Amino acid sequence: MRLRILFVALTAALLSVGALTSPAQAQIEVDVNRGDIQPLPVAVPGFRGERGAEIAQVITNNLERSGLFRPIDPAAFIERDLDIRYQPRFADWKTINAQGLVNGEVTVDATGRLTVNFRLWDVFAEQQLLGMQFTSTSENWRRVAHKISDAVYERLTGEKGYFDTRVVFVAESGGRIDRVKRLAIMDQDGANPSYLTDGSYIVMTPRFSSTSQEITYMALRPEGSSIYLFNLETGRRESLGSFNGMVFAPRFSHDGGKVAFSVERGGNTDIHVMDLRSRSTSRLTTDPSIDTSPSFSPDGRQITFNSDRGGSPQLYVMNADGSGERRISFGAGRYMTPVWSPTGEFIAFTKQAGGRFHIGVMRPDGSGERLLTTSYLDEGPTWAPNGRVLMFSRETPGGAARLWTVDVTGRIVRPAPYPQSGSDPAWSPLLN
Amino acid sequence: MTTSSITKRAAQFAVIALAAASVTACASRPQPTTPAPGPTGPPPSTQPSTPAPPVSQGALPGTQQDFVINVGDRVYFDFDSYSVRSDAAPVLEAQAAWLNRYPAVMIRLEGNADERGTREYNLALGARRANAVRDFLVSRGVSSSRITTVSYGKERPIDPGTSEDAYQRNRNAHTAITSGAR
Repeated sequence: MRLRILFVALTAALLSVGALTSPAQAQIEVDVNRGDIQPLPVAVPGFRGERGAEIAQVITNNLERSGLFRPIDPAAFIERDLDIRYQPRFADWKTINAQGLVNGEVTVDATGRLTVNFRLWDVFAEQQLLGMQFTSTSENWRRVAHKISDAVYERLTGEKGYFDTRVVFVAESGGRIDRVKRLAIMDQDGANPSYLTDGSYIVMTPRFSSTSQEITYMALRPEGSSIYLFNLETGRRESLGSFNGMVFAPRFSHDGGKVAFSVERGGNTDIHVMDLRSRSTSRLTTDPSIDTSPSFSPDGRQITFNSDRGGSPQLYVMNADGSGERRISFGAGRYMTPVWSPTGEFIAFTKQAGGRFHIGVMRPDGSGERLLTTSYLDEGPTWAPNGRVLMFSRETPGGAARLWTVDVTGRIVRPAPYPQSGSDPAWSPLLN
Repeated sequence: MTTSSITKRAAQFAVIALAAASVTACASRPQPTTPAPGPTGPPPSTQPSTPAPPVSQGALPGTQQDFVINVGDRVYFDFDSYSVRSDAAPVLEAQAAWLNRYPAVMIRLEGNADERGTREYNLALGARRANAVRDFLVSRGVSSSRITTVSYGKERPIDPGTSEDAYQRNRNAHTAITSGAR
């Protein structure tokens, strides 16, 4: 249904810009690993043509929200109405200290196809860093803006972007004792929110496949719980079956071939894994404690999980066949919801200590623990596909849950762009 | 749900109870058990102004209201614990006795947790609580075939507050009658 965005790098032959002939090293760059970084001042004037202003605004908002860029107020711009066929007047942009400049042009042909050309400039080096063209249907203009944002982010940080993504989450409404929870999905910038369930039963913990537009989630009714697969492109929804007990905490392996989850029987909760092709299920833990919140390593060889076998909830890692279980969290407090990062570098978690909740990260061997947030109740981190940003839910005492984001350095903590109550976010992979 | 609807319902039960008493005056009826005042239970609701002829009001025996009012349908737990507390044991003894008296009644044990934990861990914790109550009732002669369990984790608090008292109320196991009550 969705039309693909054509991704075409402009060739030098198309350009009449002299600067392109000197492929010198870019002088501006953003180091995403530095905790004390100053956001890079950038200018994104409205693109020429239909939807041009809106596209520039979406790009501006994405770059700003990352915390790595500081878009300059367009009121300060000196050069106006830039034409992408010519070099910008660098002096004008230096005057307002714009280090990066993104300008572009939108055309829509007779059949309604939208083409966006854009360029990214290093103002002080007087160099073009990117010149690209995207083509799609005109109603897909927001995704084109996200693709451009990703290209700019990647060029300036050296890391993949995460703007052309979606977030599935649980939209909450009603009071605290009669809360209605509906599965919902939106673009990562909060646009295009829509509900996927009607609220007649509780839904929890949706999780994206990292390879397809498919989610798994848990539904809870008085008769018991179920876990589902839901293909967002086809609308096909399917229960993973009956497990003779409560079933919850489903999560895909990174290749999408398996789902790990918890099954509770007689009060004992253990981790099981289902091969989605054969539909065969095997039990991975047998300890008479609570074993839940399984999350695969990106290579599929290990699973991190949450167990209270040591007396309080802590983080463990085991091999994907259930062997070699070992504890990795040893700090003071209770550690829960471990989630392996897409790069494999970190395990994010929820920590409860001293009456506060934190989102934190540690290395898979348990070293290098860092707490990124603190509040009355922070819970349930999910990684952006590039492993640089986490989304989680935050509650104030007596208040409604909200979605928040934090970058992996812990420096940039801010509300996610969803103005209503939500919990249990899960970030999609980059869209195609 | 308001106090007024509860008192209205209680008044209806009083009338029914009175009628039932006149019909079955000679039949031997089970003694109503004394209400067990749980230390953490909800405070007593304000009584309506007493009408002129005093009537003793009470739920019809064997009904869901009888169970809720005279036995108690909820027991409470300590933080991150599923041990049946000393104040919960008498309530569960009374639940078992009542269930043994009315063997057609089927129940669902719903485990609940406070909000001071993660969603998934609290689902598992609520399941432990529901099963602890189940094991207690079964040990007192209630057939396990009459019992189902479910955990709501932290999704169904009964107290919206954020004090320790509120958390305490929300750490509970609720005995819901699903069928078979009079």
